Amino acid sequence: MNRYDSIIVGAGHNGLVCAAYLAKAGQKVLVLEASAEPGGLAATREFYPGFMSSVAHSISSFSSKVIEDLQLQSHGLNLSGRTMDTIGMGLDGKHVVIGDEMVSGVSPEDARSYVELRRQLKRFAKALASFWMKTMPRIGNNSPGELMTFAQLGLKLRLLGKEDLLEFMRMATLPMRDLMDENFDDKVLKAALSWDGLAGSRLAPRSPNSPVFAMLFKMFEASGGMHAIPAGGIAGLVNALVGAATVAGAELRLNTAVERITVVGDESGLRVTGVELAGGEVIEASRVISCADPKRTFLKLLGGANLEIEFANRINRLRTEGLVAKLHLALSAEPKFTGMGRANNRMIIAPTMDSIEFAFDDAKYGGCPEVPVMEVLVPSMQDPTLAPAGQHVLSANVMYVPAELRGGWTDEAKSNLLQRLLVQLEQYAPGISAQVIHAELLTPHDLEQTHNVTGGHWHHTEFAVDQLLMMRPTYEAAQYSAPVPGLYLCGAGSHPGGGLVGAPGHNAAREILK
Amino acid sequence: MKKYDAIIIGAGHNGLTNAAYLARAGLDTLVLEKNDYIGGAAVTREMHDGWFYSSCSYVCSMMRQAIHRDLDLSSHGLLLVPYLGTVNFGDQGQRLIDYRDEGAAYNELRRHSPHDADAMFRFQADLGRYAQLIRKTLLRTPPDPTSFKPRDIKELLFLAKEFWSLGEKELYEYVRFFTMSAAEFLEDYFENDLIKAAMASPGIIGTALGVYSPGSAYILLHHVMGDVDGSVGAWGLARGGMGAISNALCSAMQAAGGEVRTGAGVEQIIVKDGKACGVALESGEELYAGIIVSNLDAKRTFTKVVDRKDLPPGIYEKANNFKIRGSSGKVNIALSGMPTFSGVPDNRYINRGGQGFCGSLETMERAYDCWKRGRWSDDPFVESVIPSAWDPTVAPPGKHWMSNFVQYCPPELADGPWTPEKRDAFGQSVVDKIARYSPDFKDLIVHMEVRTPHEIENEVGLTEGNIFQGELTIDQLLFNRPFPGYGQYRMPVKNMYMCGSSTHPGGGVSSACGANAAREILLDLKRPNTVPQDDCYDE
Amino acid sequence: MNTEDRFAGERLRESPFHPRQSALNLREAWSSWNGYKFADYYYDAEYEYFCIRNTCGTYDITPMQKYEISGPDAEAMLNRMVTRDVSKLGINRVTYVCWCTDEGRMIDDGTIFRLADDRFMLTCGSPSVAWLRKSVLGFDQVTVRDVTDETAALSLQGPTSCTVLQQMGLEDIATLKPFGIAHFPFHGGSLMVSRTGFTGDLGYELWVTPELALTLWDVLYAAGENYGIHPYGETATNMARLEAGFIMPDMEFNEALKTVHFEHDHTPYELSLGWLVDFKKPHFNGRKALLAEKQQGPHYTLVKLDIEGNKVADGSWLYSDKACRKKIGYVTSAMWSPSAKANIALAMIETPRLNGSVWAEIYYEKELRYYEKVARCEIKDQPFWAPARARQTPPPPF
Repeated sequence: MNRYDSIIVGAGHNGLVCAAYLAKAGQKVLVLEASAEPGGLAATREFYPGFMSSVAHSISSFSSKVIEDLQLQSHGLNLSGRTMDTIGMGLDGKHVVIGDEMVSGVSPEDARSYVELRRQLKRFAKALASFWMKTMPRIGNNSPGELMTFAQLGLKLRLLGKEDLLEFMRMATLPMRDLMDENFDDKVLKAALSWDGLAGSRLAPRSPNSPVFAMLFKMFEASGGMHAIPAGGIAGLVNALVGAATVAGAELRLNTAVERITVVGDESGLRVTGVELAGGEVIEASRVISCADPKRTFLKLLGGANLEIEFANRINRLRTEGLVAKLHLALSAEPKFTGMGRANNRMIIAPTMDSIEFAFDDAKYGGCPEVPVMEVLVPSMQDPTLAPAGQHVLSANVMYVPAELRGGWTDEAKSNLLQRLLVQLEQYAPGISAQVIHAELLTPHDLEQTHNVTGGHWHHTEFAVDQLLMMRPTYEAAQYSAPVPGLYLCGAGSHPGGGLVGAPGHNAAREILK
Repeated sequence: MKKYDAIIIGAGHNGLTNAAYLARAGLDTLVLEKNDYIGGAAVTREMHDGWFYSSCSYVCSMMRQAIHRDLDLSSHGLLLVPYLGTVNFGDQGQRLIDYRDEGAAYNELRRHSPHDADAMFRFQADLGRYAQLIRKTLLRTPPDPTSFKPRDIKELLFLAKEFWSLGEKELYEYVRFFTMSAAEFLEDYFENDLIKAAMASPGIIGTALGVYSPGSAYILLHHVMGDVDGSVGAWGLARGGMGAISNALCSAMQAAGGEVRTGAGVEQIIVKDGKACGVALESGEELYAGIIVSNLDAKRTFTKVVDRKDLPPGIYEKANNFKIRGSSGKVNIALSGMPTFSGVPDNRYINRGGQGFCGSLETMERAYDCWKRGRWSDDPFVESVIPSAWDPTVAPPGKHWMSNFVQYCPPELADGPWTPEKRDAFGQSVVDKIARYSPDFKDLIVHMEVRTPHEIENEVGLTEGNIFQGELTIDQLLFNRPFPGYGQYRMPVKNMYMCGSSTHPGGGVSSACGANAAREILLDLKRPNTVPQDDCYDE
Repeated sequence: MNTEDRFAGERLRESPFHPRQSALNLREAWSSWNGYKFADYYYDAEYEYFCIRNTCGTYDITPMQKYEISGPDAEAMLNRMVTRDVSKLGINRVTYVCWCTDEGRMIDDGTIFRLADDRFMLTCGSPSVAWLRKSVLGFDQVTVRDVTDETAALSLQGPTSCTVLQQMGLEDIATLKPFGIAHFPFHGGSLMVSRTGFTGDLGYELWVTPELALTLWDVLYAAGENYGIHPYGETATNMARLEAGFIMPDMEFNEALKTVHFEHDHTPYELSLGWLVDFKKPHFNGRKALLAEKQQGPHYTLVKLDIEGNKVADGSWLYSDKACRKKIGYVTSAMWSPSAKANIALAMIETPRLNGSVWAEIYYEKELRYYEKVARCEIKDQPFWAPARARQTPPPPF
């Protein structure tokens, strides 16, 4: 029988990153992917004949170290295209255009404050940057090397200077609403800027403690969190990763769902031996590395029975309910947004922070927002291959759509939400409804079904302080190795977290190769 | 002209505590109070013939026993009596009674959920563990984490050691607890809606957060970390109302030679050559002192009482950004008899505590949603207590007074400013809610006084009527309170200090802020430190 | 809620045996156990104690928590939860078990009754619903049901207990082995008898539905009339169990989930229950931590002490020298054993000190004057009371 050094469950981008590192180090690696395309939530699919889209639709902070280590450019990754501005959409057609260190459409005071805040956040982001690519130490384990990680963090923060450090300690846990109110007057600017701290999480502008961390995490690369679409779309990144992994010798098997992770036990305890596929085939390996979310990995694939009781329950209580729905529109022509030239930037439809807060309020009780808020891209503007010539794809992240809808996700409930979204878009891009050839709405519930992600959650488990750093996903599994020997984690549910970053895959590979 | 050693602005309980310690150290101390009575928010006032209302704060558990004992408050007339037997009312008319006896309490929980009755043991142990660590910090001056001074490093190490002694698992649980929502924290233990709601209610009292907001678990802890005679989380009533606490503190202060002047509102702190040296009263009179201590909240202190030109750059803005949000209301009601509550037997063990009209987590959160929209909820969370059931001094015999604390009440309404009519309508929503559970309640009402954040601010001076003198979120806790860099009671103007709840450890009638500030002042004046650092109870 | 009785909520629940027991509780000496009203003693605790040792006594174990765990995964679920190997437990057999946190700290001890291949009863002193619910995660086919309120149970302990049951008509009872279970038809229902108990002596526990409780009582007391049957309470139980060397929560150990301070709870090794931990099982909760504990040796070890003199060593510190210079442990439970005529105790001693000498610093009172003495202690391997009849089948005539 074919025996592998490492089997990676799931060809999400982190699984591919991890596979590439391990294969490069000489391991015999097999990547198993349940769906027909690699990439997980970054996989590009044809959602309507001739129209392509991926759930993750832009890149803001993919690790430059991973790009370099894996020579992704030589595998076709091209990130040299223009970065997108973020546009806070005003209902009156007066928009706020947010660039890296400049903003237009607001008062001079706000513009000045923006530059100051942006620089300050960049300083903070820089101080934290190296920690996203490090393994967080386990506190109970006082090895000098691991304590050094803390010492370094302390030193980096201290080097910010007393003023900045004190301000960091205060700002780090502020709600977006307070951070924005302290700095700006413009409602549209405040709403659009707060988006990056909230997107993907069960948090709203008034929620303290986590959004600033989320924002800083997205800013950790030199791009400062500016969004871009690589040449060839997100597929450009996924293909480069597949290339890097397979050229290094990793095997990739698509359409191959893993049913469970196999375990044997004897007097020395339990040990992972490989995986069993949906068809019953068993593949053995020295270790199994799961790119699936922690809940799925531990409770479904490994089985809670093979875990310690409180550990299993800690995994079970992780907040994994996704709150972002994905809207894909096949458009017959280029959409025209009021007050804007070509729609080749990232548009935030959320006129005020209250509009975000109130949309969240509906979701708290399992309802759909009456007035949805969303982030809209027209990826075909950057990458024409995504749609037939002259036609376009609109891709939107719709916030605060619950995975479990009160009353269930019936067809009616979905079509109601879709109608609301189109009404909302129509206000900003009059006539767009008439351009729609086909609309696909993926609720978090749908994402769970199609991508095998618990709760359809982008980050596998919420990006919130109590689930971050050495607590991600829980303290016993935060160093990428699971309590059962032979099992590792490399997905977004591990430090540092989700988004197209590649850090968990990179960190996991380093731990495995240690 | 006479020059005092120290002037304290505001005769609230922290100001009086601070003054008492300064006077005891031999300083010539004067406390100035704008109202004609002392106590700030810890007052008892006869607001209806024969009825004495604790018109603002109404129960006590955080009062530091070390200070109670050290200042000999009992001989100055203070008696704190623990209460239990609180009844919580659910949306569907369910009732949860908090019995004093462990066996009865267990059976009552079991009636609602056998699972939760069991889980309560662990919940109490866990909460006790969290509370214990926090309690150890209450009477300590927070370290400056950026400083390399031996004292700061020592205090940081103290915190680290206490934290470390939790053991690995609990250490993580602690961090988690500190940042999460009350609802999520409780979901981890309990399944029953009413039990969760009852346990969550301390998580929202006084704060502009909801039960689902991250950070509300800490507020919950802040309310249960107090104790009465070592019984963690127990609440007590002061015999004679909350004013008895202020009166005892004032009496202790006067016995040590301190003075208090009422009806003496401070217009401005006089700063000369960058040093605070006196105050100008609203009357125009000027008083001088070596140090000035503000017991007012941070926002009021730096945006109203200190001239902006006397402040270093950035402080005014910091004070303006200080989060001190009005979120609570208060309805004080005089009753001609003890109201009956449907399905709750009236006996000496029940209703002598409080009534929690909490409903469910969702009801509480929806009330918060209303607050966010500048409205009050028709289904508010009300925490009531009938102190007269235990305290014979606050109402005529056979009559009662009922304190009703309401969460939430917006400081500003979406549909225009507060008016007397709107205030009364708000009060009526509270009466209606209680009447849903008490058929005879409305008929017993003799007198009613309604307070929105607006009224609380006007009378007590608390900005927006915030009962904590500032939100208890991590950005405003410990060394971040009130602002980073000023967590040790010394303010940006030389010779000026703060001693109110805007400083560590925050709101609640604890006397801790005032005592801690006194410690720092005595240190600066090179006087012996007489302020206790550890509490009497070590559990 | 009973509106007639204003204090209904404050009152404790009453066991189905309560009408008979309250008639005999001449001193109204009640305490509470899991919300039930529960006898401390009836008239004279020492008399009740001697009934256990001399004739037989009944003890109401209705307030003890009972859970029915059933389904195809029941065995696997229990086997992961407790440290002992439940798969070795035969049908109609009982085993003493303990269960631990992930960190190997003891949550509680109790007994597991195997009633069928896929049906068990777990009994324990404190409520465990929440832990059981956590333990079920990962097992799809298992149901846990709290059957405490649907079960009335009485412990019958003492040398005449077997004879009394025979008098009651349970002919074959003598063949029931220790930790065995037998079922008998009983007044239209059924009576389950297990040869178990908490006194270290010959004894049985009787399990019926609550409706049959009073019938059981009456039949049992009629059968026992000439054999000295008598109810006993908490005080006598505590004496008997201490002689037998059994541990009690809140005395010898804190239940881990209710412990506030770090490591103020205990591991099975500290409680000398290492024999309950079966490392032949590949997985059970706390295994990794317990293995480490076994290899390192526990910090403390629970021992039985025989202390010179007759002054009870309640709450005493233990020292390695008569001068009390080096503290090495503390007494958890202590009493004068009326049967063994010995001054006995259970105590926690630092494991490395087990082989040295042990001295107890005892404070005692004599007519309101207080005295202190330092007494030599001897560590005993065997319980102070362990009669052969407790293990013999059939039990010998009394």
